Amino acid sequence: MAKAKKVPESIDRLMGFCPGCGHGVVIRLIAECLEELGQDKNVIFGIGVGCSSLLGGGLETDRRHCSHGRAGAVCTGMKRVNPDNIVIAYQGDGDAYSIGLAETTAAAYRNENITVFIVNNTNYGMTGGQMSHTTMPGQITTTSPHGRNCDVTGYPIRFPELVASQFNVAYSARGSITSPAQINNAKKYIKNALEAQINHEGYSVVELLSGCPTNWGMSAMEAKTRIDEDLTPSYYPVGEFKAREGK
Amino acid sequence: MGDMIKGNEAIAEAAIRAGARFYAGYPITPSTEIMEYLSGRLEEVGGTFIQAESEIAGINMVIGASSCGVRALTASSGPGISLKQEGMTTLSDEELPAVVINMVRYGNGIGTLLTAQCDYLRETRGGGNGDYRCIVLCPSSIQEAVELITLAFDLAEKYRMVSVFMSEGALGQMMEPCDLPKMQEVKRYGWGFDGKYTNKLIGIFDRDSMKESVLMNEKYNKVKENEQRWESGYVDDAEYVFVSYGLPGRSTKGAVEQLRAEGHKVGFIRPITVWPFPVKAFEEVNPNVKGFITIEANATGQLIDDVALTIKKVLRADIPAYCNPHVYGIPSMKTIKEDYNKVISGEMKEVY
Repeated sequence: MAKAKKVPESIDRLMGFCPGCGHGVVIRLIAECLEELGQDKNVIFGIGVGCSSLLGGGLETDRRHCSHGRAGAVCTGMKRVNPDNIVIAYQGDGDAYSIGLAETTAAAYRNENITVFIVNNTNYGMTGGQMSHTTMPGQITTTSPHGRNCDVTGYPIRFPELVASQFNVAYSARGSITSPAQINNAKKYIKNALEAQINHEGYSVVELLSGCPTNWGMSAMEAKTRIDEDLTPSYYPVGEFKAREGK
Repeated sequence: MGDMIKGNEAIAEAAIRAGARFYAGYPITPSTEIMEYLSGRLEEVGGTFIQAESEIAGINMVIGASSCGVRALTASSGPGISLKQEGMTTLSDEELPAVVINMVRYGNGIGTLLTAQCDYLRETRGGGNGDYRCIVLCPSSIQEAVELITLAFDLAEKYRMVSVFMSEGALGQMMEPCDLPKMQEVKRYGWGFDGKYTNKLIGIFDRDSMKESVLMNEKYNKVKENEQRWESGYVDDAEYVFVSYGLPGRSTKGAVEQLRAEGHKVGFIRPITVWPFPVKAFEEVNPNVKGFITIEANATGQLIDDVALTIKKVLRADIPAYCNPHVYGIPSMKTIKEDYNKVISGEMKEVY
């Protein structure tokens, strides 16, 4: 008989994500890593606004629900005064890359010793599927009904690549969770990011690609296929863009 | 009397002595010397100074530090305080204490560099979204400023609110002799985050706004009852009572003393807290007073509204309220006496 893995204590409450959404998997991976690293009772979350807000109802840890986009700044304040706590910003792509681009980028620029997890589902999920800075060229959303025209709206942002190439950060990666192999891979990135913070190496960020079947108008399986066939090969490659030094 | 010291530097040193150990902010004239001073001084006392990428980031960093139980502050001027409103409503919502300093400069939009009192209504009404108030403290001298900084932290902590220290650009830029308060022992609030989830939080979707509104009103009523502060003089037999705060309030006090010496029955109320508004000061006023006169450094008249509302509440009579908005600067005693003459000659009409 298969043995069920115990749900980490820090997230042992119901969360209200849509079927097929990636948030639940990502949160589970973060909680598992925190427990495995012995940090689940030494953690403070700064939670974004949007679908990431739903994490606030499920966490049994210190947490501050930040204003839209500001988790990078709030977590900076928390980490500076509590350097021995693990401080995590948990945000979506709209929160971190659009309204919060200044705070997200400036935290990386300063190489704050915090860990940032950004769930990228290529749209604003909570408000019903509007175009975000990660919406793909031609993608139909409620605010790009004829498909995203990148000539006037810009091209999708690649934040992990940006900070890896421009700033002196400790760790930067992008993961996907479309298969058990990808999930195990993503977990390695998450753990590396947390270890970087534990070892005072500096800023660490992992972007996690997630399906959004509700707003993409797809089944969960179709959403996975879109990530594997449309997103990762052409625009959002999975991998480490800045590996930890000596690792 | 202590040594001469510049207002902004005295304010910054007073914050250190009050136990503040975290500052995050963005430069803006005429408040910048506060952050310049703290950038070196906080390091000396083992605190944290962050030059933020914006005022929005600065106040959100303050939220982070305050969440962990550290005495935290930020300082700015009108336009920068506009950007901080998002964080101030969040601090209020989460009942986190913090001190926000506004060294007010005149103007809408990016404004000017002139000393003024144009942010009165914004600060006293809670300038962000929602339905909250901040305690607002207004000094009229550098000595009073350093005392109010200590009080601002104490009140913020006692009531779990934001204290706004609202002064005018000129007070930050001028020098006066000042006795600085003693260095306080640094405390860390027990309810701050420690990573262990010692202090449980309600789920963000489990909050009950109806219940919270009752508690919020109870708290604000307690502040209104217990924390009104003001200076007044000659009000019990006054025919006309001036109301003015900050540096214009100091000038007004001087004008009232001169007018008294010349035989005029005038008095003054100088609010030190403008929220809560010092309603109790009006209870001491001669019931047969002929009128109230505000002296303000803004264009449209803002303090006048609170004066008129307080006349209705306390004196319950149709007593005229006159407004003298001097736009910017600090009106001289001579100017204030001219204002008075316009009122008694009938040249100036009441606003309410």
